[in-house]
Amino acid sequence: MSEQPTFEPIIIGFTCNWCSYRAADMAGTARLKYPPNVRLIRLMCSGRLDPTFVLKAFSGGADGVLITGCHPGECHYIEQNYKMLRRLLLLKRVLAGMGIEPERLKLVWASAAEGVKFAREMTIFVEEIQKLGPLDWPSWDSGNAHHNVAVSHPEEVTV
Amino acid sequence: MTANGKPKFAMYWAASCGGCEIAVLNIGEKILDVDANFEVVFWPVAMDAKYKDVEAMPDKSILLTLFNGGIRNSENEEIAHLLRRKSQILVAFGSCASEGCIPGLANLSSPKDIFNTVYQSISTNNPDKTQPQYQYQMPEGILYTPEFYPVLKTLDQVVEVDYYMPGCPPESHQIAAVIDLVIKVLHGEATLPPPGTTIGAGPSTVCDDCARQRNVKTINKFVRIQDLDHPDPVLCLLEQGIPCNGPATRNGCGALCPSAGAQCIGCYGPADGVLDYGARLVTSFASVIDSNDPEEIDRILDGIPDPVGQFYRFNLAGSLLRAGKPAWKANGSH
Amino acid sequence: MQRITIDPITRLEGHGRIEIFLNEEGDVANTYFQIPELRGFERFCVGRPVEEMPLLTNRICGVCPEAHHMAAAKAADAVYHVEIPRTAKLLRELLYSGFYFTDHTTHFYALAGPDFVMGPTAPVAERNILGVIHKVGLEIGGKVIQARKYGHHIVEIIGGRKVHPCTSIPGGLTKGITEEQRKEIEEMGRWGIEFAQFTLQLFNDIVLGNKAYLDLILGDFYTHKTYSMGMVDENNKVNFYDGKVSLVAPDGERIGKYAPAEYTDWIAEHVEPWTYLKFPYIKKVGWKGFVDGKDSGVYFATPLSRLNASDGMTTPLAQEQYEKFYTTLGGKPVHQRLAIHWARLIELLYAAERIVELSTDPEITSDNFHTVPTGIPTEGVGIVEAPRGTLTHHYKTDERGILTEVNLIVGTTNNYAPISMSVNKAARSLITKGTVVTEGILNMVEMAFRAYDPCFGCATHSLPGQMPIEITIRDANGDIVDILKQYC
Repeated sequence: MSEQPTFEPIIIGFTCNWCSYRAADMAGTARLKYPPNVRLIRLMCSGRLDPTFVLKAFSGGADGVLITGCHPGECHYIEQNYKMLRRLLLLKRVLAGMGIEPERLKLVWASAAEGVKFAREMTIFVEEIQKLGPLDWPSWDSGNAHHNVAVSHPEEVTV
Repeated sequence: MTANGKPKFAMYWAASCGGCEIAVLNIGEKILDVDANFEVVFWPVAMDAKYKDVEAMPDKSILLTLFNGGIRNSENEEIAHLLRRKSQILVAFGSCASEGCIPGLANLSSPKDIFNTVYQSISTNNPDKTQPQYQYQMPEGILYTPEFYPVLKTLDQVVEVDYYMPGCPPESHQIAAVIDLVIKVLHGEATLPPPGTTIGAGPSTVCDDCARQRNVKTINKFVRIQDLDHPDPVLCLLEQGIPCNGPATRNGCGALCPSAGAQCIGCYGPADGVLDYGARLVTSFASVIDSNDPEEIDRILDGIPDPVGQFYRFNLAGSLLRAGKPAWKANGSH
Repeated sequence: MQRITIDPITRLEGHGRIEIFLNEEGDVANTYFQIPELRGFERFCVGRPVEEMPLLTNRICGVCPEAHHMAAAKAADAVYHVEIPRTAKLLRELLYSGFYFTDHTTHFYALAGPDFVMGPTAPVAERNILGVIHKVGLEIGGKVIQARKYGHHIVEIIGGRKVHPCTSIPGGLTKGITEEQRKEIEEMGRWGIEFAQFTLQLFNDIVLGNKAYLDLILGDFYTHKTYSMGMVDENNKVNFYDGKVSLVAPDGERIGKYAPAEYTDWIAEHVEPWTYLKFPYIKKVGWKGFVDGKDSGVYFATPLSRLNASDGMTTPLAQEQYEKFYTTLGGKPVHQRLAIHWARLIELLYAAERIVELSTDPEITSDNFHTVPTGIPTEGVGIVEAPRGTLTHHYKTDERGILTEVNLIVGTTNNYAPISMSVNKAARSLITKGTVVTEGILNMVEMAFRAYDPCFGCATHSLPGQMPIEITIRDANGDIVDILKQYC
């Protein structure tokens, strides 16, 4: 019986511009090895993380989502990483209710100087997701799924 | 156009409750305006046209069809396609057709669990574990029942939709306003908004309509409404710790439920610019929690015992994730 | 076998299909009344907080959400072992009476009325609400709209919204009413009494005064001798909102009167593989199939069965009508199913009288409309009379009040077996060897189920429509022999 090929997860990483993105940068320039599974998206602050991004990632094929931000007390915008923390804790509960293991969504605090930590956390997360297995969320036919972003024109509709 | 020159109108219900029909009929005397301006050719609740008659109509011969109810089974989908072919304007009428509504909560369970629960319930005497079959041979002939889909869908997940009228049900004064608009359009006095628009509602949130007093919110506890002794009738419900979905819900209903002392449960769907309704509520609720300590935050969040139900009560089928894993996993299909 | 398919059934809530099979002689071999829909409330309500049930179960039916709202509220109260304050009980029953008033009006004038006012085989173009209005006059049409408006307005005042009320919570309500609102409701109730009496007079003149219709009502092929079910108070008088469920045998003997928590001792449900809906029956008697009689567990739950299962009405004018009803029809119980229409109007009068009674109770405007439950939630059953039948909600929760199990027996579900039997009997009587199956005959088959007001009342303005029906008649090989069509 041949060994099953190791599944290569797709991971979306939301990094904050002021610390964790710089940590990722540092890891890169120091040529620290970390798995290529992680696609990084830079936010100006972890507080910019809208739960919609996470849901879009999972529904779009991601197996894991990693959020990185400045350590508590060190946020470039003072307190916004705490706001993200609250959202994340609530979002994990919602994901669990949908059948998505809360471990697929992970939060890591990392400062700009912690390139080594960053690379290590990426590696650890990929392994954790490999253990969980693929999420395989269905790619639904889309239809007009985003109708609710249309802006109605008050002068045309009598309400 | 029919022989008497009036454009054709149809209203149909898929997996629905009938509340949308009642809401339309609650426009009272205004129904006479509908009668004067349209010929109703298909409305199973009210008159006796059947599917064969709709099939016999030329394509696009019905000017306006209001379609309410979700797509739960094969018959619902078949009629959705049929009415799309026969109608010029197809409106997803009400929460079920627009976003799945309450029956969309079935998307958290597998069909097998649903059937087992219903056909083995505590009062059901069914030792043979009989369940409905899509085809069943009786002595006289075969009987057919529609196929139950693993995931309930919204109307626009199966056909192209021209307009959306949110609400469970859409409030009658909004329905009346839309009818007035359509009649004006018929007489050349107005134009329809661009296809894809949500009509019969506002662009903002219920909070904008709500008369309650709002301050900066600092919640350290979420409560169950029955646990409060006569909540403050003037103060914002969310501020009192009652989980109110006003902040993400589209306005247009007049904030009826908060006015009556009950929390907004979100029946009007997402406000403009909201891509995922539940995500927006996660943000709103998280932003009012008065703590930065993870343990304390968790303790406060324990006050919301059913987050998926709270945040996706009406909107699950229309959300980004659409259905929980148990619904689609067993079948591997969608 | 030849098969006649009527699809879809129209002028009722929900979807349905009738399959009529003819044997070689051309007589009806059997009829199947199929319900092709299921949404799964009993499953997906599990995991939800119990206080949401008055809101979630509203969406089982948007025509009678008030019924589910009340059954759910009572079940949630029972889960918390809380006794709600008297003012809350009064307010809930007042809302409920307002709802009954609008609902029974809707059914009579838009669904039942045309068959009687215009005649069962009248031209389809006339046999609808507009035909009725032309015959009886626009002034009456306006009254019907007003009656519906008033009923819904009462629901709105107490319940927060016209459709899907939101104010019942465990322990009572989220709000009370002001003196101004109370007065408004009282006035609507008084107007309602006059309207109900007028409607009964209309029925008397147009239906009972017409021998052909009277023969139809008393005729055998719309008659079934089954058990009757209805909720009664401690004096065995009809009560829609609270009491115990009375069961009366076909010969009139009361065989039981059960409290909500005892319902599983009395009622069980049978499953058939050709339909999504289940068939409730009386457990002690047992499921014997689709048959009449004391030895069959089939029962019906409608305005007529409520009257049969009770000893009278608590309000004077309705009681007078109750007595006249049974005198005219030759005693209790009455089994002619078309008499349900008459019984429904007696309930309309009772509902209006009740609105006045409740709205003039001195405690109705008190602000003692809620008490905080203190018990640990466990399990509870709430039963009310929905217009279409006894409605049972049964919940089990964990210690936080989160639902772990839900069982519902819904109004029309009680009647699924008797409706099937009524449709079968009507078809057998109307379609025999050599019968030319006309539209009028099909309508008389439909009248068999319409009497039960299956879960929906089409409101005031049922719009003009013929009865487009297509009947495909096939021979034994499945080849088409004839197609009868009528389009709108």
